Amino acid sequence: MPDFPQLLEIVKNISPDVTSDEKSSPKAVIIPAGSLTKVCTELHQNPATYFDMLSCLTGIDNGLQANTMEVVYNLYSIPFNVSLAVKVILPRENPVIDSVTSIWRTADWHEREAFDMFGIQFKGHRDLRRILLPADWQGYPLRKDYTHQEYYRNIKVEY
Amino acid sequence: MGLLDKRFEHGGIIITKADDLLNWARLSSMWPMTFGIACCAIEFMSTGTTVYDMDRFGMAPFASPRQADVMIVAGTVTFKMADRIKRLYEQMPEPRYVISMGSCSNCGGPYWQHGYHVVKGVDRIVPVDIYVPGCPPRPEALIGGFLKLQEKIRTESLKAPGAIERLLENQKQHA
Repeated sequence: MPDFPQLLEIVKNISPDVTSDEKSSPKAVIIPAGSLTKVCTELHQNPATYFDMLSCLTGIDNGLQANTMEVVYNLYSIPFNVSLAVKVILPRENPVIDSVTSIWRTADWHEREAFDMFGIQFKGHRDLRRILLPADWQGYPLRKDYTHQEYYRNIKVEY
Repeated sequence: MGLLDKRFEHGGIIITKADDLLNWARLSSMWPMTFGIACCAIEFMSTGTTVYDMDRFGMAPFASPRQADVMIVAGTVTFKMADRIKRLYEQMPEPRYVISMGSCSNCGGPYWQHGYHVVKGVDRIVPVDIYVPGCPPRPEALIGGFLKLQEKIRTESLKAPGAIERLLENQKQHA
């Protein structure tokens, strides 16, 4: 059963500039956006880790002051009963990241939701369109600086 | 039937106004559309059970807007749903009535402030006859709404069709 230092070591071999966040639950590795696919493929394929399940994929807007966004991947290894979070920090303007749908198919709708709510673009996603809101909705509601439109199809939005 | 018992056996005649007869027929068989959009629909379903027995008002849910008389908007109306609700309303034949059930469809309910996705009252898209308060309203409250609606229908007149006027007024308000 791999513990966190071992996992960190495995990730470090793939992506040397990895940092860790041991306060988060589950403990997290923070990796640059460019190495996401490589790291995820390794964590998925390596017989010592075997993270066969993507429990959750979330977007986070850290606000205007930090001027960053995050995507958090909650991984779970069923055979080893181990959880790990992988975090990627993106710029707030034009956040783009590789899709992990080729590794975990379950990421399909999760990534659509993150796109719907935060406007994060997932490169390589086969069908990136809004999942909850109507297709002609304007803006991304969970961004910190979101203001809703005044009218939607001639219906007033404000109370 | 005590007083009227055995009074019609020899081709008896009742004299009444056309308005009264039509109104009586309408209010005694209001068929709601089988249609629910959130937790209020659960209470609407309970209203149909034997415990509350909606059928005693001549009301039986009908699973098509084409033959329905009443639309009970039971739940949160999102903007994505708004088009569909408007279409369902337009598919109903006249005379048609709308009961707005619960806080969400009355005014947006708990979503009034931060619910960017919720229409703040179904009366912004279709004209509403009766508002039933509650979150969700108990079946008794919904039955209270039915009785109010029956009162409303009882005073209607063929000479002044209210629904069309209300629709026009509603469109003017939100134009």
